[in-house]
Amino acid sequence: MTGWLARLGAGWIRAVRHLGRALLLLLRILEGIDELIRRPRLLVEQLFSVGVLTVLIIAVSGLFVGMVLSLQGYHILSQFKADSALGVMVAASLLRELGPVVTALLFSGRAGSALTAEIGLMKATEQLSGLEMMAVDPVRRVLTPRFMAGFLAMPLLAALFSALGVIGGWFVGVGLLGVDDGTWWVQMQARIDWHQDLLNGIIKSLVFGWVCTWIAVFQGYNCLPTSAGVSGATTRTVVHSSLAVLGLDFVLTALMIK
Amino acid sequence: MKTNKTVEILVGLFVAAALLALFFLAMKVSNLGALDTSETYRVTARFDNIGSLKEKAPVKMAGVEVGRVSHIGFDQARYQAVVELAIYKKFDQIPDDTFAKILTAGLLGEQYVGLEPGGSDTYLKEGGEIDVTQSAMVLEEVIGQFIFEKAGERKK
Repeated sequence: MTGWLARLGAGWIRAVRHLGRALLLLLRILEGIDELIRRPRLLVEQLFSVGVLTVLIIAVSGLFVGMVLSLQGYHILSQFKADSALGVMVAASLLRELGPVVTALLFSGRAGSALTAEIGLMKATEQLSGLEMMAVDPVRRVLTPRFMAGFLAMPLLAALFSALGVIGGWFVGVGLLGVDDGTWWVQMQARIDWHQDLLNGIIKSLVFGWVCTWIAVFQGYNCLPTSAGVSGATTRTVVHSSLAVLGLDFVLTALMIK
Repeated sequence: MKTNKTVEILVGLFVAAALLALFFLAMKVSNLGALDTSETYRVTARFDNIGSLKEKAPVKMAGVEVGRVSHIGFDQARYQAVVELAIYKKFDQIPDDTFAKILTAGLLGEQYVGLEPGGSDTYLKEGGEIDVTQSAMVLEEVIGQFIFEKAGERKK
């Protein structure tokens, strides 16, 4: 009984200590922003590996998610003779939920895991210590650009996802299933509110970008410098980011919805 | 790693494409592009019952959108709903004895304010009021009335 309690307590203390370390690391990362302003090259390089290399998977998923939504929605809505609302349904579900959430899940799988592995390997091969030996702060030099790149790339990727989703849905709904083109756009513009739907979606993806890259960078920086440690950290990045995104999405939606 | 120039170009393309997507979402998908920011003038209309009319609902004349509902208030003295309509300035020749009623788009659609022109020579102006109005049709009341009439018929 006491053993069980002790394990619970130890787990709790470990979790709090982890959170504290992650928060301290975040503060050190944010302190390094002035370096980023002086050397924007660092940010551009990271935007390439975090943003540009993720575009393909985001674009393809966005397109197909939109197409499937349209296909599924049409068969249900046409039963009620409401297929004119198909565009609204596709755009609303993409802008409010699927765009930010699916982008964040894909992002943590594609870019977050890569960030963790890269930083973890730098630590395992003592490159981070090498930087410190040369009086270069590895947090400012390595972590800050990666964190800011992820934070900035997420809303851009989510916008791409949603826009391509709407186009994919339009292609299936209007092109293949014969929903009227004018109805599709007019109903959409009448029902989708730029503040309630679009802006809230962007706020969501900013939060997700913040959390996902924070987790990825922390796991990489905090991992055991062995091959098993790096692989464990990479797995944890994906699992923790996904859980954080899904949980936060519910909280954010509950706060935003009127 | 690719050369610096290529990286910069690709990042630029990425940001430009994403901003284009945002622009598309704002202008084509959401109502930001459809928001008529043109000048409006305000007139009020009182209704006994506005049903489920909401702010920003369209104001239509002959099916054409001529304005939006800008505010919905309640007059405690007369127990009536006070609906403020923002009419676009380009429609400045609406007679002041115009008839306003609350209509529903389709059987279950959203409600809007329909205007039917009167015959007056003077036009509605900023701060004007529409005197003749017709309340929203509340489905329960209509059904209730129908049942009441049916029951009355049977007694005869």
